Amino acid sequence: MSVDVPVTKRTKRQAQGPYGSIGKVIDELDDRLGVAKGGRTFMDKIFPDHWSFMLGEIALYSFIILLVTGIFLTLYYIPSQALVTYHGAYLPLDGQRVTEAYASSVNLSFAVRGGLLMRQMHHWACDIFVGAIVVHMARVFFTGAFRKPRELNWSIGLTLLILAILNGFLGYSLPDDLVSGTGIRIAFSIVLSIPIAGSYVAFWLFGGNFPGTAILPRFFILHVLILPLIMIGLVGAHLFLLVRQKHTQFPGKGRTENNVVGSPMFPVFMAKTTGFLFVVGGVTALLGAFAQINPIWQYGPYVASRISYAVQPDMYMAFLDGALRVWPSWSFHSFGYTIPFEVFIPAIILPGIIFNLAFLWPALERKFTKDNALHNLLDRPSNRPKRTAAGVAILAFIVMLFFASSTDLLANFFHVSLEEVLIAMRVMILVVPLVTYPITYKICKELQLTKGGGKRKTPGIVTRSEEGEYASTPSPTYVDDVHSAPAPTEVPCYIYPAPEETEELGGTRVVDR
Amino acid sequence: MSDHEQRTPVVLQGLSENDPHLQPASRNPAQVERVIAVCFVAGILCVAGFGACFWVNAKPWTLGATLGGGLSFLGIGLVAWGKYLMPQGPFVEERHVLANSQDDRDALAASIVQRGGGVVKRRKLLGGLLGGGLGIFGVVALFPLLRSLGPLPKQTLDHTDWRKGSYAVDITGRRVHVGDLAVGSIVTVFPEGTQNTDRGQAVDQTVLIRISNENFTTQKGRETWGPKGYLAYSKLCTHLGCPVGLYEQELQVLVCPCHQSTFNVLNGAIPEFGPAPRPLPQLPLYVDASGYLRAQDGYNQPVGPGFWERS
Repeated sequence: MSVDVPVTKRTKRQAQGPYGSIGKVIDELDDRLGVAKGGRTFMDKIFPDHWSFMLGEIALYSFIILLVTGIFLTLYYIPSQALVTYHGAYLPLDGQRVTEAYASSVNLSFAVRGGLLMRQMHHWACDIFVGAIVVHMARVFFTGAFRKPRELNWSIGLTLLILAILNGFLGYSLPDDLVSGTGIRIAFSIVLSIPIAGSYVAFWLFGGNFPGTAILPRFFILHVLILPLIMIGLVGAHLFLLVRQKHTQFPGKGRTENNVVGSPMFPVFMAKTTGFLFVVGGVTALLGAFAQINPIWQYGPYVASRISYAVQPDMYMAFLDGALRVWPSWSFHSFGYTIPFEVFIPAIILPGIIFNLAFLWPALERKFTKDNALHNLLDRPSNRPKRTAAGVAILAFIVMLFFASSTDLLANFFHVSLEEVLIAMRVMILVVPLVTYPITYKICKELQLTKGGGKRKTPGIVTRSEEGEYASTPSPTYVDDVHSAPAPTEVPCYIYPAPEETEELGGTRVVDR
Repeated sequence: MSDHEQRTPVVLQGLSENDPHLQPASRNPAQVERVIAVCFVAGILCVAGFGACFWVNAKPWTLGATLGGGLSFLGIGLVAWGKYLMPQGPFVEERHVLANSQDDRDALAASIVQRGGGVVKRRKLLGGLLGGGLGIFGVVALFPLLRSLGPLPKQTLDHTDWRKGSYAVDITGRRVHVGDLAVGSIVTVFPEGTQNTDRGQAVDQTVLIRISNENFTTQKGRETWGPKGYLAYSKLCTHLGCPVGLYEQELQVLVCPCHQSTFNVLNGAIPEFGPAPRPLPQLPLYVDASGYLRAQDGYNQPVGPGFWERS
């Protein structure tokens, strides 16, 4: 209509305001949903920078890789125990009677483009996922990040670990190869060992006596739908609590219980973390390409009366397998009933104790230290020698169980008898944790005494006087290494902030070297 | 990056554009940019290569190498971009107190306890009935759920399909003749007719070992169980039910590959080592008139791992 203002790109842009089409979209969205304030807060959210905060990201991203590669695999896998005659790309199996599950697993490895890579990536991502959760959990434990107010998130993470192990086992069982079938047989017997209810529970889970006809379809739906749904929900809750309660951070310059110092969500953290997602995916793909994992066509199909030598589960089940190997053959048998203690204790009671201890740890620590304050600043592990020593001892116990799952391989490797290896493992499982506790405790105590322990070294400046005498003077400490002295009872609780002046008196000191 | 560490954390919002906190951490941004560009180019090439490999159906490892290389290069470039070329701060953000005042807490507690609790207290009968109904439903709902999942165990675990007179057949269904096995040989056998069934494979599996040419007694009371040196033991380990698949002829032991329980073949398969608590049950054999190996009777006890009802 108005002829005097020509419609050009420039006038259009001007009409849109200073922020262009993005600004327009935000206007429209905010009219309807009111996203501007919250969105800005989210974009400006500060993430503290420390390498150890990356461990949880590895777990999260390998979970995403598991979902993506897993969706690919479901398109080709058939959860059926029906017998078919294999005629496919892998010639040594040609003409054998195998289950449809096994045939489809071999087929998706050889006949589907990218199938072998996806299967190997899926398996590697699973091992990385569980491993990253454990290391992330160790970080949270040793730095005291689980303390109030984050006990709930500790429990959610721990539940995720248990579900990850369980779902890993279910997925491992799906190809129905000789090794995984033996694993299911062992799982059935473990359920069977529960006093009173064992045989009922086992028959309900498996739809009858082993092997039953229902295992693979049931394991499949649990593995691809039910457990992943629960895990996605829990991961969401884990991240929501993380955002709501904000990150913990190590003490340092300008860092207090009441703030977070680091980089903003957008664009810095987003760039770094998205890049890291790609790197985790890239490393998984390289592992899938060059490191063979679980070659089911070499194991052959599962036949209940056959067995392979050196049967071992995936690494996250190894501590259970180790416990089953070293526990003595104590079976209770009386009054016409049997309690298979030789299975029930190492396979059910022991993991029950370990995981329950982990669930209860934050409450136990609150009770014993009588420290009920809110904590947002992390501990240096050496400043909490008892907790650190206990954690190292528990880890040592689990690592020893892990090694015990290789008694036969160790015996072969060192050319000693199986009996000697077993006895050595029994002794070490008990002794190593008892020895690591005092040693770790002592090391922590020593580290506390070390001046500037854990701080970066500053160069000493060597000068030569006119008389020819050499003298060394330390250069100034990095400003970032100024830290507040650990004083657990004086840690301010941010519901009732301490008066201003205690911040100055609170014992900030420069570590001089 | 000592420069970065010297700076005091500031609040992100309201910084002027040329504030040092908004400058990149790198001292030489142009050079870093070139390195990142090289990373991205390598990543693009790899990702395109992944597409090409897929298209021509190249070997799996080339797919993985190009995909892995592509993702890694793009990722490393992006991390470097974020780390060296973006505002490095450090920035500080206040934590907002999540906890509310005691009044707010009391108000919430009051609305639950007084408003809600008052309603229930006034109508105790209704509350009790509703609670009881839901409780009964919760318990009752479990029954069909559990009972649909599978049959009750009953006596399933106590018996195998070995009966008086069962022929021992190998996995192909061929009856085992007394002349079939040389001394020191082993074969897995099943009661005839079950060799192709799940139950036969999983429950009835039995190892048949020939240890000599003479009748062999493994334990008192089993004088007739080992005709012509043939001994038959359940193949299910009494620890966790793995097939006891390793036979060591020199030591005359059966070893379970799962957890290394070791059973003495000559002495009724009593466990000599490892976590297995019981001997492998022995199957009494006889040689019939035609020379075939058959079972005198079924196993005299449940086979395999322990369970509560095992008497």
